[in-house]
Amino acid sequence: MKLYPYLLVMAGVTYLIRMLPLAFFRKKITNPFLLGVLHYMPFAVLGTMTVPAIFTSTGDPVSSTVGFVAALLLGLKRRSLIEVALAATAAAYVTSLLLPLL
Amino acid sequence: MEAYGYKEGLRDGLPIGLGYLSVSFGFAIWAVKQGIPDLTLVILSGTNLTSAGQVAGVTVMAAGGLLIELALTEFIINLRYALMSVTLTQKLHPDFCLWQRMLAAFFVTDEIFAVSSTRKGLLTFPYMMGLGCLPWIGWTLGTALGAFAGTLLPAVLSAALGIAIYGMFMAILVPGALEDKGVLLAIFAAVALGLILRYVPLFSFLSEGFVIILSAIFGACIAAWLKPVKAGEGEA
Repeated sequence: MKLYPYLLVMAGVTYLIRMLPLAFFRKKITNPFLLGVLHYMPFAVLGTMTVPAIFTSTGDPVSSTVGFVAALLLGLKRRSLIEVALAATAAAYVTSLLLPLL
Repeated sequence: MEAYGYKEGLRDGLPIGLGYLSVSFGFAIWAVKQGIPDLTLVILSGTNLTSAGQVAGVTVMAAGGLLIELALTEFIINLRYALMSVTLTQKLHPDFCLWQRMLAAFFVTDEIFAVSSTRKGLLTFPYMMGLGCLPWIGWTLGTALGAFAGTLLPAVLSAALGIAIYGMFMAILVPGALEDKGVLLAIFAAVALGLILRYVPLFSFLSEGFVIILSAIFGACIAAWLKPVKAGEGEA
């Protein structure tokens, strides 16, 4: 698999998106629709990447779903990124240890 | 006005770095399972410093997708950084020259943006370098540990770590949706179209990268149309 062209494209695109506005932008965006799209875009992206992929992320639907519920509950309590990530992992881990015992 | 230097930046970056260390560890274990070689992953993390973009990128790479598809995916997913960079330009110390802006831009992530944009006062170049340092080390080191040592973990634990990165996404999504009905709408609209494009056989010719692009644009446009952002609100 030739992966280096992929690496170059990813690093290049990601850097340019960050760099060009920071280096050269000197005024304010005012178009309300564009502001809205930029405001909502990260959540839309993360949403479609997380569902449905999270339900198969451990390779097993039951432990994945338990992990999802744990993440949802801690997210509702506004816990930090790392706490939610670790809680989802722990919940999925404990579930997959217990499942064979049922 | 108080000026912040390298040391204050390092201190603010420490919790971000610790968080990145554990999340990138999970990311690497997941990505190795998608068939990406360990060294490639370390280079990927060291040169990209972004979670969602790397997950999507690995998905496209593992599927042997087109370079243009990868470029478009990264562009759409990381478009938020452009807005963050624009926002940061309003807070830069006047001493910030062009090459310093170009260097500091590499470290614009959701968390680094959140910390720097809410800091009182102007942002200096040393502060931004200190702030980016530990998150970069944490992200790259965590990836290396996961990629090279992840196979030493028991299979059950390494399988469970596959959910870590999605757990982090949930930690951004859920509070965002709680605070803002428009965000909730954007998420639901994007997920709905994503499910249709993924499971309706008519659309099976679409690769995962394009599904992400199309459903994200759809969700963001629907929300921007039905729940317009008031001036100043779009910067957070």
